[in-house]
Amino acid sequence: MDINITLPENNTRPAEKCVTKLMVEQINLYYGDFQALRDITLDIPSCSITAIIGPSGCGKSSLLRLFNRMNDLIHGARVEGNIELDGIPVYDSKIDVVELRKRVGMVFQKPNPFPMSVFENVAYGPRRHGIKNRGKLAEIVEQSLHQAALWDEVKDKLGQSGLALSGGQQQRLCIARVLAVEPEVILMDEPCSALDPVATLRIEDLMRSLAEDYTIIIVTHNMQQAARVSDTAAFMMMEPDRAGVLVEYGPTAQLFTNPRDKRTEDYITGRFG
Amino acid sequence: METRTAFHKRLREIQDDVLALGSMVSKATLRSVEALKNRDLGLARQVVADDKKVNQKRFDIEEKCVQLIATQQPMASDLRIIVAVLNIITEMERIGDHAEGIARIAILIGDEPPLKPLIDIPRMAEQAVDMLRRTLDAFVNRDAATARQISAEDDTVDQLYDQVFRELLTFMAEDPRTITRATRLIWVAHNLERSADRVTNICERVVFVVTGKMEEIGASKY
Repeated sequence: MDINITLPENNTRPAEKCVTKLMVEQINLYYGDFQALRDITLDIPSCSITAIIGPSGCGKSSLLRLFNRMNDLIHGARVEGNIELDGIPVYDSKIDVVELRKRVGMVFQKPNPFPMSVFENVAYGPRRHGIKNRGKLAEIVEQSLHQAALWDEVKDKLGQSGLALSGGQQQRLCIARVLAVEPEVILMDEPCSALDPVATLRIEDLMRSLAEDYTIIIVTHNMQQAARVSDTAAFMMMEPDRAGVLVEYGPTAQLFTNPRDKRTEDYITGRFG
Repeated sequence: METRTAFHKRLREIQDDVLALGSMVSKATLRSVEALKNRDLGLARQVVADDKKVNQKRFDIEEKCVQLIATQQPMASDLRIIVAVLNIITEMERIGDHAEGIARIAILIGDEPPLKPLIDIPRMAEQAVDMLRRTLDAFVNRDAATARQISAEDDTVDQLYDQVFRELLTFMAEDPRTITRATRLIWVAHNLERSADRVTNICERVVFVVTGKMEEIGASKY
């Protein structure tokens, strides 16, 4: 497949800072005998938001979970091919998976704050990575909550349970929790599917501001969300044996105005899927 | 609290592009008449050449609008702005074409002896350009009342056109040898009359952005 990534429309960073953050080369993923992904190859640029769209079961989330080896936790999962983060093979046996997941954080579909205070939710990660100084932790918590556009709403209730927040606030708390360990890549698996439209738009706006500093990859069922928020988009679908393949990958504006593949056109215009 | 800052930033950029296009066609209109008045063939050729930039700018804006519609699901006033912009840039591109037309007439006339000093034609150009500038201000300010008012000013341009036409008719009646030169000036005046009409179409789009209603305001007599 000919993949030519141009600089994202929304990008404000100098071109030389945009490099391939994640390189995916000829990936095949199996769950036991079942092949979930077939021959996936794509380069994910550093200074942007990449969206993965496609019908249910096409392997979007499976692909996303490869980036921080979350599939390792699934019994019988086997990966062939190569994924590199800044040129380092993610599936190398010498890779420290905990360190990898620090660099490649994840936000899930349902907001899942820990049953502890707002402060402790955000401080949890840095503590686990060895930061004990209370002042330093407070600084990290404040900064992370600012970055997650939540600080103003929770600064007076840092001691309250994270579970007492609204759904949209809980999801931003989860994003703050990821940011607190200073990741480079943030994976988002349907981050807004449990939220109302206004909370969704707030998360999307937050994603745009985070894209200045982080590489964001989002899996979404919501095609409009992918169109709104991403710079590059990947369309996946299932082959007859149910293995997921990458059909088209390119600048979002092009994918949604003039897709190159007929199958993409049919999917985004609602003619199939 | 604003939730779609990135989208609204891009929408503002499109609006800035519209103003830039407005400035390009205003300049083209004034320069085409200046070229005609001063027999400046170099300037006339420049206006003709610059029209390609106008056309390209229009395509660029149109593409940005299509991308925003495809990717951002604009609603309500945001949608009306984009739809209005698509119309406004078409009208402005045509105003650019009228300017190019005048520049081509200036080239055609070349160094023929002038039929008469040009008084009303430059006035028409200034009036049309002034209307366009204020209409774009009204667009930016979402000011329907001003747009309606500007639309009514088209009558002044129409009156100037009548005046030019009558005057040139007398030249032709008196001396048939002036027919070719007089006809060319009538074409020029006609181009300017059309430009002012197109400004009134833009006024209608401003009203649409503000009120959501599509209505014809100040229909031209031509």
